[in-house]
Amino acid sequence: MSKYYVNKFLYTVDRDPELLKRYADDPRNLVATWEQSMGPKLLNNEVEASSVHAFTPAEREALINHDYVALFEMGAHFFLNLTIFIGIYDEPYMEKSGPLSFQREMAARLQHWRGKDYPTVET
Amino acid sequence: MAQLVATLASTHHPFYLKATTMPPEQQMPEAPLWKSKVEAYRETLERTKPDILVMVGSDHFHQIFLDNCPQFLIGKAERYDATFYNEEREFGIPKYVLEGDEDMSRFMHQSLMDQNFDFAFSNELKIDHSIICPIITVRPDADLPVVPIYTNIFAPPLHSPRRFYDLGRAIRKAIDDYPSDKRIAAIGTGHLSLELGGPRQFMETGPDPVFDRQAIEWLTNGDIEAILEHVTHESMVRSGNATQGFLNFILMLGVAGPENADYVDNLDLFHTMEAYFTWYPKEQAA
Repeated sequence: MSKYYVNKFLYTVDRDPELLKRYADDPRNLVATWEQSMGPKLLNNEVEASSVHAFTPAEREALINHDYVALFEMGAHFFLNLTIFIGIYDEPYMEKSGPLSFQREMAARLQHWRGKDYPTVET
Repeated sequence: MAQLVATLASTHHPFYLKATTMPPEQQMPEAPLWKSKVEAYRETLERTKPDILVMVGSDHFHQIFLDNCPQFLIGKAERYDATFYNEEREFGIPKYVLEGDEDMSRFMHQSLMDQNFDFAFSNELKIDHSIICPIITVRPDADLPVVPIYTNIFAPPLHSPRRFYDLGRAIRKAIDDYPSDKRIAAIGTGHLSLELGGPRQFMETGPDPVFDRQAIEWLTNGDIEAILEHVTHESMVRSGNATQGFLNFILMLGVAGPENADYVDNLDLFHTMEAYFTWYPKEQAA
């Protein structure tokens, strides 16, 4: 398991409009491309590689499926997990069901965690 | 020596600008009241005529990430670009460029090191909405030089509430010792109870209104003893998974000292309690 790598994916995709669009439109392809050519780069360094991290199959599937519930349960950072999916779903949900409807659906799908200790986001 | 003229501590709500500038017919019902409260809060800074702003905030994984994550960091640059693409996208916060004050940053950094705070530093810091939100609310012309200080409030492990308070005291000492005739205001933002990306996000109130009321009372009374007795990482997380933003309020109380606040206001918004505090140093209360 690599919470760090999941967070690295969320962080690097969310901050780049082009990558975010590709992740919204074709997540399977973008996750594969990211694993091949973006994830293994040391951050902020186009030259140096890092061989430390890799996704587990469950992490890969969760990212491919935009499965923010699974990501929450794996301990992906709550801020990254929220922000990237707001970036993808806020507008279409707003048009259909009004302001904050995506955020409220996300909360509803996490209701089984209410009153419990959430999975730690410590990496 | 420099003079601390005001300490301001508030929540930072990234939707303030959008909520109060969209066409009136689309605004939320609370928008006019929210705007008037923010403008009254702004006046508590304006009347002190500051020359430099020491700004305390927390990067939300914009420039700082888990590959290299400082607990405390100071900006040392002649200017700072601000706001990232994903903040513009989500919150509608425009780009800013803030002037820095390298001389004061350098003095502050050395002073904090001398006081046993191992600060990281950045000579190329792009600042995020944790510092731009208070610029928008209390200094919208963005016309004063800033000394930005970042704290880690959400990539555990985090420093203790006591350490945040002590850092506030150390920042105060650095301001008091700064050899300059400048008037300094310290402005920090954080959160009361807050949930992000969890089951209690975006409810009708914040996730823990009882904590919110208690926290406002503690800060109003400058009651650091009660805060340190009751507030732990465990208690904050119980109040909402992003409630550790309260640590920045504790830090700002450290800057002000354990005194009653001179100005207190709050606003119960749809999913957070907004709160605004100003302390004036007692010898020259405005």
